[in-house]
Amino acid sequence: MAYVPDTETKIKIGGDGKSIDETDVKWIVSPYDEFALEEALKIKEAKGSGAVTVATVGPERAKTGLRECLARGADDATWIDSTGTPSLDALGVAKALAAVAKSGSYDFYWFGQKGVGYDESLVGPMFAELIGVPHVGSIIRLEVGEGKITAHREIEGAHEVVECPLPVVLTAQKGLNEPRYASLKGIMAAKKKPIAEKKLAELAVPEADPANAKTRWRKLELPPARQAVKLVPADDPAAAGKELVRLLREEAKVI
Amino acid sequence: MKFLVFIEQRDGKIRKASLEALSLARKLGGGPAAAVIAGKGVAALAKDLGKYGAGTVYLADRDELALYSNKGYVGALDAAAKKEGPDAVLIAATAMGKDVAPRFAARNDVSALADVMDLRVEDGRLVAWRPVYSGKARAEVDCGSAKLQIATTRPNVFAAEATEGAAEPRVESLELGEIAPRARVLRVETSESKELDVSEADIIVSGGRGIKGPENWPVIRDLQQALGAALGASRAVVDAGWIDHQYQVGQTGKVVSPTLYVACGISGAIQHLAGMGTSKVIVAINKDPEAPIFKVATYGVVGDIFQIIPEFAKAVRAAKQE
Repeated sequence: MAYVPDTETKIKIGGDGKSIDETDVKWIVSPYDEFALEEALKIKEAKGSGAVTVATVGPERAKTGLRECLARGADDATWIDSTGTPSLDALGVAKALAAVAKSGSYDFYWFGQKGVGYDESLVGPMFAELIGVPHVGSIIRLEVGEGKITAHREIEGAHEVVECPLPVVLTAQKGLNEPRYASLKGIMAAKKKPIAEKKLAELAVPEADPANAKTRWRKLELPPARQAVKLVPADDPAAAGKELVRLLREEAKVI
Repeated sequence: MKFLVFIEQRDGKIRKASLEALSLARKLGGGPAAAVIAGKGVAALAKDLGKYGAGTVYLADRDELALYSNKGYVGALDAAAKKEGPDAVLIAATAMGKDVAPRFAARNDVSALADVMDLRVEDGRLVAWRPVYSGKARAEVDCGSAKLQIATTRPNVFAAEATEGAAEPRVESLELGEIAPRARVLRVETSESKELDVSEADIIVSGGRGIKGPENWPVIRDLQQALGAALGASRAVVDAGWIDHQYQVGQTGKVVSPTLYVACGISGAIQHLAGMGTSKVIVAINKDPEAPIFKVATYGVVGDIFQIIPEFAKAVRAAKQE
């Protein structure tokens, strides 16, 4: 689970020029991770047994995200405390999660197809490679069979239907399901559920040292401002249509 | 600097985004680059790659590679990388590229510059700009201490440039061991319409709440077809069930950078702007003059989409007949 700025948040650049200004940012469980958690809960409910563990790498605030996942129905959680390493790269995150996943035996490893922040779509398949398990990425439909799954994955203008034995790493795309809200009972129960704590520094993650990072942010900027809009009068629709075509052909030269 | 480019093909057709990556590699490397292609019966495709900048093509031509599998295709890329010893690997950030790149990167103990929109070389190192927070900001990134540098390139952003009369590339077959992927593609289900996907389109025509209901898609479709564009949609209409999610442009949909984006009856929530704000030219048609979409639009019409769009489509068709 990635705990990320709310998708409605306006991004401001921080004083260091390479990260965001976190004041006034509201944090949320990344929407794709909500689909991932929902599907894990549905599998558990359908089987009538099993447990769902949720894990995250992040600073103290990420625990709030874990509590939210517990309130929705996850059974336990692991928080990998990355305080002091705010810029851990995707490989580092995947290694940290792989290090804690080793201690359990799971049939399904769920990720969102991307975190809505860095937007890299890297961590899930990287994690799969590190633990030596196949993955199916960006799935929009899942059928769970005996010891195997069949998943529909979204590709350009088509679906790939993939069959895979368990264990498997899956990354969730929008359309997979409608995530549930936490019930009041769930919120109360979540307070008693355990959150295990690990320190990033104690795991085998060389990338935690910025000198070993395999990707780095050098600068962060707001997108360049766009030119002011040129308005075309609408009172005569036929003339407006023609004028748009003229501008697109002669001025912008795009059609 | 030595580049290796992963060339994606499906059904024997090379994806344009891969040719964009190949042309970029030739430009940045100052000469022919190496390429790798996997599939079944794809040997003939290898020759075409010379035009776009391939000096060497590593070929993985096997029955078992007829359909995509992560294991098979990453295996081919990894075998080519071991032979070529590149400084950098470029992969188009398509559905396949996004599936291949992270596993290949992790196998080589590195990460990747994902979905880059600008790429340059400084002192033998890749430096890229990439959109973050769904395009609400952009980050300049590099590969830190990574020995092997990997970047995935956003489709439609870089030019695919063919050079006529380029030498045919040297083709080298890859020796791959047994390919028995655990995750096996059973079939590819193409949507009946075989529609152009927004992530691959040069022109996108999108509809939002302003279309008032799913029964009015034909109005938008008319303009879309006149322009030879792909159809897009805002989150509001996807969530309302007026159209499937695959059409959604925005933070939880597809992030696109077409040459022309026409927003019809879309107010321009921050979510949506994040997904299309890097389009080269934006046309907005909306009856609300205060709609945020006009802040990013190049051209705007404040008016009734049901009056303007049919006339716009008519004018496009007339202009195309000239």
